[in-house]
Amino acid sequence: MTDLSSPSPRLNQDGALAHVAYVLRSNPVTLLAFCMFAVLLVMALFGPYLVPHDPLVSNAAQALQPPSLVHWFGTDNLGRDVFSRVVVAARLDLAISVAAVALSFAIGSVLGSIAGYWGGWLDTVLNRVFDTIMAFPLFVLAMGIVAALGNTVENIVYATAVINIPFYARLVRAEVNIRRNAGFAQAAKLAGNSDLRVLAFHIFPNALPPMMVQVSLNLGWAILNAAGLSFIGLGVRPPTAEWGIMVAEGANFIVSGEWWLAIFPGLSLMFAVFTFNLLGDGLRDIVDPRQRS
Amino acid sequence: MSGTLRTVIVRLSQAIPVILGVVVVSFVLTRALPGDPAVYFAGMAADENSIAETRTALGLDKPMAQQFLVYAGDVLAGDLGQSLSTGQPVLQDLMTRLPASLELTLTALVLSCLIAIPLGILAATRPGSVADHLCRVLVTAGVSLPTFFTGVVLIYVFYYLLGVAPSPVGRLDFIYIEPDRITGFYLIDAALVGDWETWGAAAKQLILPAITLSLFTLAPLARMTRAAMLSALSSDYIRTARAAGLTESKVLYAYAFRNALLPVVTTLGMVFSFTLGANVLVEKVFAWPGIGSYAVEALVVSDYAAVQGFVLAMALLFVALNLIIDLTYTLIDPRIGFETR
Repeated sequence: MTDLSSPSPRLNQDGALAHVAYVLRSNPVTLLAFCMFAVLLVMALFGPYLVPHDPLVSNAAQALQPPSLVHWFGTDNLGRDVFSRVVVAARLDLAISVAAVALSFAIGSVLGSIAGYWGGWLDTVLNRVFDTIMAFPLFVLAMGIVAALGNTVENIVYATAVINIPFYARLVRAEVNIRRNAGFAQAAKLAGNSDLRVLAFHIFPNALPPMMVQVSLNLGWAILNAAGLSFIGLGVRPPTAEWGIMVAEGANFIVSGEWWLAIFPGLSLMFAVFTFNLLGDGLRDIVDPRQRS
Repeated sequence: MSGTLRTVIVRLSQAIPVILGVVVVSFVLTRALPGDPAVYFAGMAADENSIAETRTALGLDKPMAQQFLVYAGDVLAGDLGQSLSTGQPVLQDLMTRLPASLELTLTALVLSCLIAIPLGILAATRPGSVADHLCRVLVTAGVSLPTFFTGVVLIYVFYYLLGVAPSPVGRLDFIYIEPDRITGFYLIDAALVGDWETWGAAAKQLILPAITLSLFTLAPLARMTRAAMLSALSSDYIRTARAAGLTESKVLYAYAFRNALLPVVTTLGMVFSFTLGANVLVEKVFAWPGIGSYAVEALVVSDYAAVQGFVLAMALLFVALNLIIDLTYTLIDPRIGFETR
């Protein structure tokens, strides 16, 4: 995309902005996704300052209250305010998934670039490693990694990053590989740039647009994955507010009808995943209109 | 036929490096425990002596390469170590619990195929219809649904509110006696001895978890069926078939669907990976006594041999399933050959 020469950078930028505006106007769903994303960001950044109650303070007299005006989402078995806990949990859930995706983005980019640019035995070895990772059911592999490294939040991040690396590395490898001998890459080399420089500043940027789409789609999956791990009791420990563990705790009360404990954190989780999936689809429309489904 | 045989052999040999890789990864996982693995494998209540014993038993006093060979040999012999919580060999534990998981997974997959494939075909043949919109909604919602949350919601609605589902306490209600173990699949065992009351009870327990899992796998299958059917329907041979005056159903099922089936089968392999992971969550929600909840219980009490055995078993199961899927369509579709690649 960006390797097409454009008359002037300014015009190109205006064109891109106009294209974004056009896509947003013609596809209100994408606009909605951006708004939903903004809500999530506000929850994550300012949540602890906005909530009406302390998410960790228990109050036995107020235990298991259904939703009311005082406690919008009701209270849990220890009398903690579910609404406050759901809002505050956004920061941890987003932090885990963003950190995991950033890690796999960085590592996947480096490994994929190396494999795609130089090829040879390194390429073969890396491909074998990625094949092996993909040969595991990914959630199960993440369980095994967390079990092996130790039951902490950081290790959830590492495990989620590891199982995502192959997707990024493969994408970058393909994008780099097809441009390895492109005219602009050869011109950059002839102008005296080193291999590393050509790779990092001339070829790799072309892989960024599809990577951004992948990131957005991946974020939703990473949140699901992290919440799933904490649902089975890995990583996040009570009394920390986190959506997965809140659903797990609430599941014990669902058979006796206290639905608000599990439903609200579960809905927030769905909201977050849905936002990232919509955002990913929208970004794909902006980045590559041909792939629109 | 000899060509097909060669293809099969080539495909089988391709699985060997993958299996080797899986064993290496699981070896690394067992040895990556922070600190002294012997302490972890000996368990919480271990003293100096039993730790030293475990160390010799696991071969941890030997060099790394030798340790790996010992480990690979053990895996080959089916020895995945002892579970601390049950006191049984891990392999035996897994084998007793595997039918429960397979019964759930396979029921869910069949269920989602039965819904997703017709839905995908309908959506592709009638764009803009109710089926098309339903397909789109399901596809978008399906990928955003956390499996464990769907399970909880279904329990609330069908058990608590409507009271039509039995309580989520595993494979059979307490009032029934489990059928004699023949295959380990309750539905098959109960049917074999003709005990239809137990069969009904087991089926009732199975429905909710199976629906939960299949909701999760519906989305990729429906999406792939729709896309594959659309591309098949727009191809030249369909136009020719229509021009030749073949009936619509003949065109649709004998020509378009047969060709669209290949990508769908491929997706099925990918879906299996998700299902095996989601299985763990669904089993926890419904207290289903499969290998997933076995692993979760083992995780809680830091029973490492059991967890790593579970991870290895799942990976091998997945590799085997992919192999079967690949081989199936090598046999179905004569165009696929590995020599030409």
